Amino acid sequence: MTEKAMTERDPLVLAESWHKAGKGVAMATVVETWGSAPRPVGSHLVIDADGNFEGSVSGGCVEGAVVFEAVEAIETGKPKMLEFGVADETAWEVGLSCGGRIRVYVEPIVGEN
Amino acid sequence: MHPALLSQLNTARLERVAVAVLTDLSTGEKRLVHANDVDDDPLAAELETRFRSGKSGIISVDTGELFIQIHAPSLRLVVIGAVHISQALFPIAQACNFDVTVIDPRTAFATKERFSNVTLEAEWPEEALKETILDAYTAVVALTHDPKIDDIPIRAALDAECFYVGALGSNKTHGKRLDRLRAAGVTDDVLERIHAPIGLDIGAAGPAEIAVAVMAQIIGVSRRGKSA
Repeated sequence: MTEKAMTERDPLVLAESWHKAGKGVAMATVVETWGSAPRPVGSHLVIDADGNFEGSVSGGCVEGAVVFEAVEAIETGKPKMLEFGVADETAWEVGLSCGGRIRVYVEPIVGEN
Repeated sequence: MHPALLSQLNTARLERVAVAVLTDLSTGEKRLVHANDVDDDPLAAELETRFRSGKSGIISVDTGELFIQIHAPSLRLVVIGAVHISQALFPIAQACNFDVTVIDPRTAFATKERFSNVTLEAEWPEEALKETILDAYTAVVALTHDPKIDDIPIRAALDAECFYVGALGSNKTHGKRLDRLRAAGVTDDVLERIHAPIGLDIGAAGPAEIAVAVMAQIIGVSRRGKSA
């Protein structure tokens, strides 16, 4: 990513500036995919304590659930692993319509600047 | 994730340095490895393969799962010549997620009207390339047909080991170009890296089709290596 492309909409840049501004921040990363997952491994979604977010880990199918879990991770200060897919029992609520499965690692940004 | 590590990561991305972030998925522990420091790493072989392919993923280690995320700089395209082909090429390259810079010292060509929504440098390449650093994640195409404008950036692109160097012109034009570059001390094995005549051989007619052929070749080289 170049200087020009690293704008304020870049999730990782945004995560850093949110944290510097004193906000609670978590980062979600797609760590594994099976089948036709909409976003590749390494895709990021960053979330603040109020539920604001930037980036994506799917085509919009599971972001809501990830944001919910991320806000909780910000409160507990502990990372967690999430898994979504048609095999998931919540498939009808938050599943991937494409039939793929993904694992998303959610971790809070914790520590002094 | 510690904010200091996030800051190091963003700095590396800004400076266009390839890095890997390793996350132990059972403990949450993370560390960052620069591509240049791979040799001294306990996971040297694994990391080397990952850096080469650019693929992130999970591997099994003693403690459980380790997620390796490769952050490679985004690809850039530097276009020498604000010509008709360049007008067709830059939006195609941008659609393929390349950051594009167009350079041409001829101010009649390098106008904002002809090149809106793209970085445009109306300067000699030797001046403009002081700002736009060439590297292994950059493709350079020389499209002016004018040795005074094209030769220096072609040489600079070869020196910087840009992943793709292409030059417009017939075999005859390219032959003369090779003679000039040879005379300037560039060796034949280096000169072989220039793609000329530029673009995949698809019988392209007109600027738009040539732009497609050029972009297809650049993508081929970025995905498959030199043979595209």
